[in-house]
Amino acid sequence: MPPSRQYSHSTMPLLPVSPYSGPSDFCTENNISECMLYISQLSSLGLPSIFYDLNGIRELDVTSALNGMYDLLQLQRRTMGMVEELEVEQLKVSSDLHCQQLSSSKLKDQLELSKKENIRLRERERQLEINVKSLQSCLKNEKEEVQKLQNIIASRATQYNHDMKRKEREFNKLKERLNQLLADRKDKKQMDVLNYVGRSDGRRSQWKTVKTDAHESEMYKTLLNEFDKHQKELMLENAELRKVLQQMKREMVGILSPKKHSQKEEKCTEFTDQQAASDEEESSEMSCEHAREKLTNSIRQQWRKLKHHVENLDNKSMVQLGREVGEEMISKDVHQDEMERLKMEIQQCKDFIQTQQQLLQQQLNTPCDEETAAVLNDCYMLEEKERLKEEWKTFEEQRKNFEMERRSFTEAAIRLGHERKMFEEDRATWLKHQFLNMTFTEHMAIKTQNALSDSVQEQKH
Amino acid sequence: MNFSEVFKQSNQLCKISPDGKYLATCVQYRLVVRDVNTLQILQLFTCLDQVAHMEWSSDSLFILCAMYKRGLVQVWSLEQPEWHCKIDEGSIGLVSSRWSPDGRHILNTTEFHLRVTVWSLCNKSVSYIKYPKACQKGMDFSADGRYMALVERRDCKDFISIFVCDDWHLLRHFETETQDLSGVEWSPNGCVLAAWDSCLEYKMLLYSLDGRLLSTYSAYEWSLGIKSVAWSPSSQFLAIGSYDEKVRILNHITWKKLIEFEHPATITSSKAVVYKEVEKKPVIGTEDLSVHQIAMGSSLFNTKSNYEITSLPVQVPVVKPDTDRANPKIGISAIAFSADNRYLATKNDNMPQSLWVWDMQRLGLQAVLEQTAPVRCFVWDPCRPRLALCTGNNKIYMWSPAGCISVKVQVEGSFQVQSIMWHGSGDSLVLLGKDQLCLCYLATDEEK
Repeated sequence: MPPSRQYSHSTMPLLPVSPYSGPSDFCTENNISECMLYISQLSSLGLPSIFYDLNGIRELDVTSALNGMYDLLQLQRRTMGMVEELEVEQLKVSSDLHCQQLSSSKLKDQLELSKKENIRLRERERQLEINVKSLQSCLKNEKEEVQKLQNIIASRATQYNHDMKRKEREFNKLKERLNQLLADRKDKKQMDVLNYVGRSDGRRSQWKTVKTDAHESEMYKTLLNEFDKHQKELMLENAELRKVLQQMKREMVGILSPKKHSQKEEKCTEFTDQQAASDEEESSEMSCEHAREKLTNSIRQQWRKLKHHVENLDNKSMVQLGREVGEEMISKDVHQDEMERLKMEIQQCKDFIQTQQQLLQQQLNTPCDEETAAVLNDCYMLEEKERLKEEWKTFEEQRKNFEMERRSFTEAAIRLGHERKMFEEDRATWLKHQFLNMTFTEHMAIKTQNALSDSVQEQKH
Repeated sequence: MNFSEVFKQSNQLCKISPDGKYLATCVQYRLVVRDVNTLQILQLFTCLDQVAHMEWSSDSLFILCAMYKRGLVQVWSLEQPEWHCKIDEGSIGLVSSRWSPDGRHILNTTEFHLRVTVWSLCNKSVSYIKYPKACQKGMDFSADGRYMALVERRDCKDFISIFVCDDWHLLRHFETETQDLSGVEWSPNGCVLAAWDSCLEYKMLLYSLDGRLLSTYSAYEWSLGIKSVAWSPSSQFLAIGSYDEKVRILNHITWKKLIEFEHPATITSSKAVVYKEVEKKPVIGTEDLSVHQIAMGSSLFNTKSNYEITSLPVQVPVVKPDTDRANPKIGISAIAFSADNRYLATKNDNMPQSLWVWDMQRLGLQAVLEQTAPVRCFVWDPCRPRLALCTGNNKIYMWSPAGCISVKVQVEGSFQVQSIMWHGSGDSLVLLGKDQLCLCYLATDEEK
């Protein structure tokens, strides 16, 4: 049982059907039973009757009436809700409709415009077609006129030729007549010369019984000589060109072969074999059709490959260029992306290098002292080295000097030895002389003296 | 450069002997033979009338003087001045007279080209050649002097006859497929004969010495065709100049066009050097126009000129020809190869003040010379790649691959150079004025 609520006007939903115009004067004290009958319509709404039968008299059941009122209220609320929703929907629909109407009117306008445009273009096309037709007919007329004029020229030319020929024949007749008349006159000796001169080449003039064959053969000889000369020149040229072609072929093969893949290398070697074979053939200077064709075909092939290669390279560069030149937006983006990427890479590399440097520095710093000392020492070492070098130089010089001195000393010593020996020998001989020259006693006295002096000398030495 | 003194001549008749020792000039009816180096008069001959044509024989022993009005030809001998020879064509008239290559026969063409009479100086024989054609170049001798090609016309058809110059025996006679054969020229090696049609049809035919047709070349039809033809000295190239302002070079192996040289009015990208002649007229104030000055006659006409190299692009001055007249002044009228085969000089008639020099090795334009007056005459040095040209004023101009110079002719009085001739050694030039001539000796170490 829903609680009975105290409704105030403010919380009551609005009655859309009719504004609340104050309490109804539907039911008065007098017509309660009619009102009750009227209200019993409720039952048609599916609500339980508000009456209860008590002894055949329909009495108002307050609870059921209140229930019925409550139900009615609920119903009303529900319908109000539905009405709201419907209102909203209706607004929506009406605005949609409005939009649609607007768009349809716009489309209609556009359709009108395009129809007009269409008509205009059709009109223009029609006019152009008429123009074209008229121009074509003009052209045809001109062509016909040209043809006619050419025909006229041709016919006039034939007419002139005919007339010319007629006049020429007349003229020839006149000339013949004149010739005849003049010949008939029989002029006297026309050439008056003191004496006849010899031929310029000193030969006697010949009778005209010389056979004409000689002239023919002369002429043919001249022609043949000319042909021979010509042919030789052409052969030389031909040989040169062939050489050039072969060289070109070799060079082309050379250019193409390092760029070819390994698969093609076989072909290349195959080709070089062929080429070697064909070179041999050609070097024998047999200008047979086969060798010539082979050479030209191989050159064409190589040239095609080279051209293809160059075209590919061109295309690649063109594509790159094309990208830059063409659609700006996209290429710029791509370009910029690439730039960014490259910049990033550069930055990374730089960082990397920096870190490496730092690490290296660190590494160097720890055994730094020795190193630096060594480095520093190196600087001093340089000085020392220089000094040492100089000293070495002086030492070397001195050593050399010493060597020389030693050598001289040894020489001197050797000389001295020699001299001493000589001296000893001299002394020996002198003693011998003495000995031979003096008496025994003197000899003995001297001998002992000598022995003493010798020992003294030895001691001294 | 040294200039000799000025001598008189008439009719631009002045020729150096083939051996380069003598210079023969005609003054009215006299024939004067001088030594080329000393310019002393060696011989003086008197002819019967004003000389119209004078020619040395190939061995430099005889000189032919033709007087067309009288129908007379007189031949003089240098070795024996008292020797005389007179050929009188009589009433049959004389239109042209020339030596044969052996120097012993004279070919006279009678009036109306009725016939060609071959007079022999060795014996009494006279030969007649009938039906020669009156055309631009109807007779040509091969370079070795053995064969002569003659254009004939019978029954409205063109023929070419090849004669052996030894005894004037007819070697070959054949018809040519031309409308109106206008000229023949032997190649320098004597094996190919070029024959070309008149300007109404562009057609060049090449015949071998034995009369076989080797090739036909036609660049275009209907428009005016060939205007000038030149063989290169090595017979490698045949240059054809036409009315469409182009020179086409044919090669001797295939007789097909090797390259086309255009003469555009604007020269843009090219490796060519453009030399422009710039004249500096001395400025004279009015006070200076004293009688004395004018009497000196010098400064007013002493315009100095030199060449300036102009940078590309260059506009070549064009003179529009009158289209209503026949033989319009348009197209390549003169072509000349240098002696070493390396350069080609061309002149386009509607650019009369310019001379174009092409490099045949590179097959491109080498230089353009723009003069202040129309170029009258240009001749290559027979030994070196050096070109001498004149424009009818008192200067001669020379171009070589090293550069271009303009030299004033240092002679007394005014001398307007009308034509130039080189001496065979390439050391000196003969300059011909209207009725004067002078020699120009070039230093052996040439100019810059």
